[in-house]
Amino acid sequence: MEFITQPWAWYVAGPVLAIVMFLLFYFGEKFGISSNLETFCSIGGAGKFIDYFKIDWKQNNWNLVFIAGAIAGGFIAANYLSPGDTAIEVALNPQTVQDLADIGIQNAGATYLPDEIFSVATMLSLKGFFILIMAGIMVGFGARWAGGCTSGHAIVGLSNLELPSLISVIGFFIGGLVMTWFILPLIF
Amino acid sequence: MKYIKFFLVGILFGIVMSKAEIISWYRIYEMFKFQSFHMYGIIGSAVALGMISMFFFRNRMIKTFEGNDIHVAPKKQGLYRNLLGGILFGLGWALAGACPGPMFVLIGKGVISILVVIFGATLGAFFYGLFKDKLPH
Repeated sequence: MEFITQPWAWYVAGPVLAIVMFLLFYFGEKFGISSNLETFCSIGGAGKFIDYFKIDWKQNNWNLVFIAGAIAGGFIAANYLSPGDTAIEVALNPQTVQDLADIGIQNAGATYLPDEIFSVATMLSLKGFFILIMAGIMVGFGARWAGGCTSGHAIVGLSNLELPSLISVIGFFIGGLVMTWFILPLIF
Repeated sequence: MKYIKFFLVGILFGIVMSKAEIISWYRIYEMFKFQSFHMYGIIGSAVALGMISMFFFRNRMIKTFEGNDIHVAPKKQGLYRNLLGGILFGLGWALAGACPGPMFVLIGKGVISILVVIFGATLGAFFYGLFKDKLPH
C-alpha cells in the first residue's frame, strides 16, 4: 500500500496518462478537457444568442461524466490514498522554495497549493478573487482560441505529430514563462 | 450504463493527477522555472507512448471496442489561433497553476477557491465564443 500512498514518480504518471488517452480512443472518444467549458456554456443557454454554442451538447455527455470521474478520483486520492493525517508535502527543488519565498509565497511545498492564492480568506478578498477569476478567464479563453489545452494539444496533438499542437504548446510555454518569470514577482 | 466506463477512466485520471502532484500549483511553477524534470518526464513519457498508440490506430491494428477504426480528428490550422490562444492559455496556466483537468480534480480534493477559477474558465470560453469573429485565426 505504501507504493500507492507515496507520491508517484513521473515514469508511473506519464504511462498512466497515456493509458487514459488510449482508453478514451478505445471507447470511441477523444481526450480533451477544455471542450467541457464550451459544453457548460451551451448547457447554460449561451446558444440562444451565440450560434457558436448552439450545439447538441448531449453528445458530450461522456466528457462530463469523465470530469465527474476526475472529481471523484481527486476525492479518493486525497482521502484514501494518502499517508495518514499529516499534511501532504510536495518535495520541491529547494531553489524553487527559495525563489517563491523571495517573491512573497511562504512555505512552498508544505501543501499542494499556496494559501496566498487559494485560501478561502484570499478568495474572499478583492485582489484574491480577481487573481482567481482572471487566471480562469485566460485559461478558458486561451484554450478555446487555441482549440485545446494540455490534454488535447500537448498530449493528444503532439502524440499525433500535429503542427497546430506544436505551435500551441510553444505558445503555452511563452505565456507560462512570461507569467512565472516576469508577472508573478509583481503580484505578491 | 454506457457512461460508466468514462467515469472509471475519469477516476483513474483524477488519481494519477493527484498522486503525481500534477494538481500542485508549485509543480507548475517549478516546471516553468526549469527546476525539476518531473513535469517534463510526465508529459514526455505520455507523448512517447501516445505516439505508439497513434501508430497502431493509424494502421488499423487497434480498433475501438465496437470494432470501428480510430480516426484522430486533426487540430484546426492557423498560426494566430494556436500561438496567441496558446500564449493566453499559458499565462493563465502559470497563474492558476492548473490547466482544466487539474481544476476539476482539485474540486474533489476539497479546494473551494478553484470553483472561482472554473467559473472564470467557463466565462473565458464564453468570451471566446462572443468575440470569435473579431479575433485573428
